[in-house]
Amino acid sequence: MKARHKRLGFLVAGLVGLGVAATLVFNALDSNLSYFFSPSDVVQNKAPTDHVYRLGGMVQAGSLERGKELTVRFVVTDTANTVKVAYTGILPDLFAEGQGVIAQGRMGPEGTFVADEVLAKHDENYMPPEVADALEKAHAGAPTEVSKQ
Amino acid sequence: MSVAEFFDMGGYALYVWGSFGVSALLMIIEPIMLRSHRRSVLQRISRIVRMKAEEKV
Amino acid sequence: MNARLINWFKFSSPATFYPLAGKMVPIFTLLAVVLIGVGLYMSFFVAPTDYKQGEGYRIIFVHVPAAWMSMFIYLIMAFWAGLGLVFNTRLSGMMTRALAPTGAIFAFLALWTGAFWGKPMWGTWWVWDARLTSELILLFLYLGYLALQGSIDDTRRADRAGALLVLVGVVNIPIIYYSVQWWNTLHQGATISMDNGSKMGVTMLWTMLIMALGFWAYTIAVALARVRSIILEREADTTWVSELAEVRR
Repeated sequence: MKARHKRLGFLVAGLVGLGVAATLVFNALDSNLSYFFSPSDVVQNKAPTDHVYRLGGMVQAGSLERGKELTVRFVVTDTANTVKVAYTGILPDLFAEGQGVIAQGRMGPEGTFVADEVLAKHDENYMPPEVADALEKAHAGAPTEVSKQ
Repeated sequence: MSVAEFFDMGGYALYVWGSFGVSALLMIIEPIMLRSHRRSVLQRISRIVRMKAEEKV
Repeated sequence: MNARLINWFKFSSPATFYPLAGKMVPIFTLLAVVLIGVGLYMSFFVAPTDYKQGEGYRIIFVHVPAAWMSMFIYLIMAFWAGLGLVFNTRLSGMMTRALAPTGAIFAFLALWTGAFWGKPMWGTWWVWDARLTSELILLFLYLGYLALQGSIDDTRRADRAGALLVLVGVVNIPIIYYSVQWWNTLHQGATISMDNGSKMGVTMLWTMLIMALGFWAYTIAVALARVRSIILEREADTTWVSELAEVRR
């Protein structure tokens, strides 16, 4: 066996070992690296109740209410479950009904998630306005598609 | 579209020009630094080569 | 050893590679200038306004190519690093070293333009989600490699230590790429993917691809120019360097 082959062997073994280690670590971490919890997680009590966390999903169409003193109320949905959210503050440009959103805060006593920060999550689609209009007309009446997470 | 409108980028001027500007800056500086580095390396080597040639004479 | 393998090793000798790289640098420089020039023109004057993000989305034309390059360059570095460890060729270490600063610049640009895009659209410059964090780790891997490689005086040892770091860090690349699928992130999913095709207007897509090609040409030109300086520095004592026209003048 040449020295070169031996080095190649070590290298392959090392990389395989590294790959296995990385796979194990990521299996162990699983969802802990996730940035937010979905409404379904919240309904199934997978989200923490005692401290601040992030809630992510879509702003349900027609649910946005602008109240007094800059407070907005809306419903976050992942199509299966929904959570009510209240937020006081400035909203990002992309925030709109039917758009992805991530709210940071904690569960209030009466089942409303009180957010102290709201971020807009945009989707992977880019197109000119004319195309968007055409698509909308084609899809009119059909239920709006929710992009997969 | 007017020039002012173009530079305004629909209100996103800071963000669009901040991104393109810094990218352009770095991608111009890098080749300039490479060129000056190459010059200094060449200078150093030719000095050494000349010194060696003089030693031999 | 067959003939092809011998040629291969001859090609990888610094003395043959130096003039070859010298011929390729101007070609790729020209390509880069033309492609990026066309790409920039298309970015601002041809590509249409986005239906949701207006003109703000134009950041994509530097952001995505820079992010792609930051990952590609790392993979090429890993390829050279592996080659260097197995075959002990001198050129591999030099190529790895020559690519690293450019990779670091693109990783930085991906993060920088991402921040300038995130602020107006998401509402924040930075979040610690899996995509952004793994890209930041990539920048640290580049900087770590440069620091480690530079801190060891013996070049052979420096190259070997650097190569090991680069190979260990390669696990980060699939993590960056798949982070948006594996975990819930603020960063959206891939617009262009192998299994789903593109979710982008055709003109926008072409603009982005031309910019990406321009960045490729830029990277090749810059890396080859840098490897030429590295070859000169490391081979300064050899006769072939002392006989070069640019040294003798």
